[in-house]
Amino acid sequence: MTEITAPAYRVIPIIPALKPGAMEGVKTFVASDKINEALGFPGHLVDDWHDRAIAKMGELLSKYRSLRVFMDACVHCGACSDKCHYFIGTQDPKNMPVARQDLMRSVYRRYFTLPGKLFPKLVGARDLTREVLDEWYNYYHQCSECRRCSVFCPYGIDTAEVTMAAREILDSVGYGQKYSNEIIGKVHKIGNNLGLPGPALQDTLEGLEEDVKEDTGIDVRFPMDVKGAEVLLITPSADFFAEPHIDSLIGYAKVFHATGTSWTLSSMASEAANFGIFIGNYEQLRKVALRIRQAALELGVKRIVVGECGHAWRVAYSFWNTLSGVGEGADETDRFAQMLQKQLDHRYKQPMHICEFTWDMIERGALSFDKSKNDKHIITFHDSCNVARGSRMGDFAGGQFEIPRNIIKAVANHFVEMSPETTREQTFCCGGGGGLLTDDLMDVRVKGALPRMEVLQQVVDEHGVNFMAMICAICKAQFTKVMPIYGFDRRMVGGVHQLVSNAIILGDK
Amino acid sequence: MDMTSILFAILFYFATLLFVVGLLYRINTYARTPAPLKIPTTPAPTSKAGVALRMTREVVLFESLFKANLWTWSTGWLFHASLALVLLRHLRYFTEPVWGWVAFIQPFGMYAGLTMLLGLGGLWARRLFVERIRYISTPSDHLMLVLLIGIAASGLSMKFVAHTDVIAVKNFFLSWMQFSLQPLPADTPLFLHLIMVASLLVVFPVSKLLHAPGVFFSPSRNQTDNPREKRHIAAWAQQLESDG
Repeated sequence: MTEITAPAYRVIPIIPALKPGAMEGVKTFVASDKINEALGFPGHLVDDWHDRAIAKMGELLSKYRSLRVFMDACVHCGACSDKCHYFIGTQDPKNMPVARQDLMRSVYRRYFTLPGKLFPKLVGARDLTREVLDEWYNYYHQCSECRRCSVFCPYGIDTAEVTMAAREILDSVGYGQKYSNEIIGKVHKIGNNLGLPGPALQDTLEGLEEDVKEDTGIDVRFPMDVKGAEVLLITPSADFFAEPHIDSLIGYAKVFHATGTSWTLSSMASEAANFGIFIGNYEQLRKVALRIRQAALELGVKRIVVGECGHAWRVAYSFWNTLSGVGEGADETDRFAQMLQKQLDHRYKQPMHICEFTWDMIERGALSFDKSKNDKHIITFHDSCNVARGSRMGDFAGGQFEIPRNIIKAVANHFVEMSPETTREQTFCCGGGGGLLTDDLMDVRVKGALPRMEVLQQVVDEHGVNFMAMICAICKAQFTKVMPIYGFDRRMVGGVHQLVSNAIILGDK
Repeated sequence: MDMTSILFAILFYFATLLFVVGLLYRINTYARTPAPLKIPTTPAPTSKAGVALRMTREVVLFESLFKANLWTWSTGWLFHASLALVLLRHLRYFTEPVWGWVAFIQPFGMYAGLTMLLGLGGLWARRLFVERIRYISTPSDHLMLVLLIGIAASGLSMKFVAHTDVIAVKNFFLSWMQFSLQPLPADTPLFLHLIMVASLLVVFPVSKLLHAPGVFFSPSRNQTDNPREKRHIAAWAQQLESDG
């Protein structure tokens, strides 16, 4: 394998020329029989894949209004064509959102519309051949489902929905991706993406208690499986030992400690991430989410708080109420949801993001900080795609942008924004989201990071930024890996609660 | 009654029927297909009134397209706004007496025919000369623009080049609406204009023109951002809960 190098920065904002076929050979590892079968999918590509794929597409068209409308509504206006970080980084025209959608739309037209049946060439309709199926596999695994294109589409067409549908069709014919499917299997079996069993987790948490004690002289607890705790914290399992994730976990624990909140982790539901969203499969999405419902019911908690993780927060905020009843406002007759909703304390948002929790405590004056502890950092904030475009925090639209920034400004003195075309709702994906955070897609990941790296370089040059804060486990893992390739120090990457952890003044509660 | 008038009358009954039935069928499909998950592109409005406002901005001002690309927005918006005016102007062929406001917009509608052509030209130029847009264009994308340009040009030619007997055209359509027929003036630009309009009506429900009803059903734009406050569940998803 050739060494992966970073593409050159563009003179912003030049739209790159097309390089057809540039990424056509990039193929993420296909899942083994064992991995697929563990999720109830066929082990490998079935003989009648063609008919099954078309039937599955028909089924999805009848179950998802998004797919139904998005297949029809596109007019090929090109508004999205220069908005995808993978297109910008790879210049492959099939990484333009519209072209990525058209990989499926062309098949949709052929089998589900009259003009496509009668005049395929005229309307760009194609038969579903093996080549087309392979093309789907390759290019639908070069989309991180970040929804940036959907911001700019005049009809709100969201390529993420199309990618999810494509991946679901691929799974249904035994052509699943190793990375995502293997991880979902681990969650079903063990409870988290890393396959970290309960006792190992317990050891890790005890080790953390010792570390923090050594560091601060204070007994900050990291409780697990405590029945009757007020708060159940659901956080990405990377927080338990990956760098820099773990520093944010310490931050959450310190916030709970300083505010005297009784909290617990769960060994059964030790994962906020839900890769079910990546493969677009409702049943998998639901099954993973139900572990959290079960843990909440068993532990009898009053509140559920979610740690720093982008897609996990989208799933928690937007889907949990639907999938598992974590939320409020279920019908009286809805026994499934009421069972949990009666237990939860509705004076608080359910679920709540850890940033909402911390900011709320800051506003109430329950936390105090020594901001100078962060003075060595000149900080910028990377909005994570799923938080920015698939969720909210607080009581008003856009709270997901303000609350993390407010926290940073409350705990640190030096904060700088990156270019506004690349933050908030227009933020660029880190390049590793949506089931792409795997070494076999390193080339795509490095190229996909290009637009973020360009604007980071600007604030580094102009303001001496040396810390990019974020609230997503995937962003943290992706950036620590690809930033050195662009010549940045990996220690520039960190969580918002890492900054909180640095500055928080712990009483002896 | 001459044969041509009868053929045109039949053509328009046929085209109108396909347009109305096809469109209703399509809208019905959109409306009946469930949206199992909350997927508004955020930040999104937290109330229904907010959603109505967002949708209005999207449909009237093309807000998202404005964020995306100023060239596409300006040519696209110019075309659509002009088309709206032109369509309203054409109400005078279907109403007697002509409503006051329709009479009032007549001169604006006439110039709108020109700006419509300008907008279409801009859109086509983009499709022809911008590499990315050319790459994603299918033959039907070009043909659709040709059809619209043809409709606008033939319509304008009857105003600015060779006048058609518009009174007779109006009589034809008024009588057509009452299923009793008056003759259509024998005039080539008019025939072309009407054939192309009928084609547009026919292809509408099976083509990308479905973006017009589609936008109203787009979950990323029409959903309220309140998933924590209200449980949202589709019938097929609820079924999974009773299955255990």
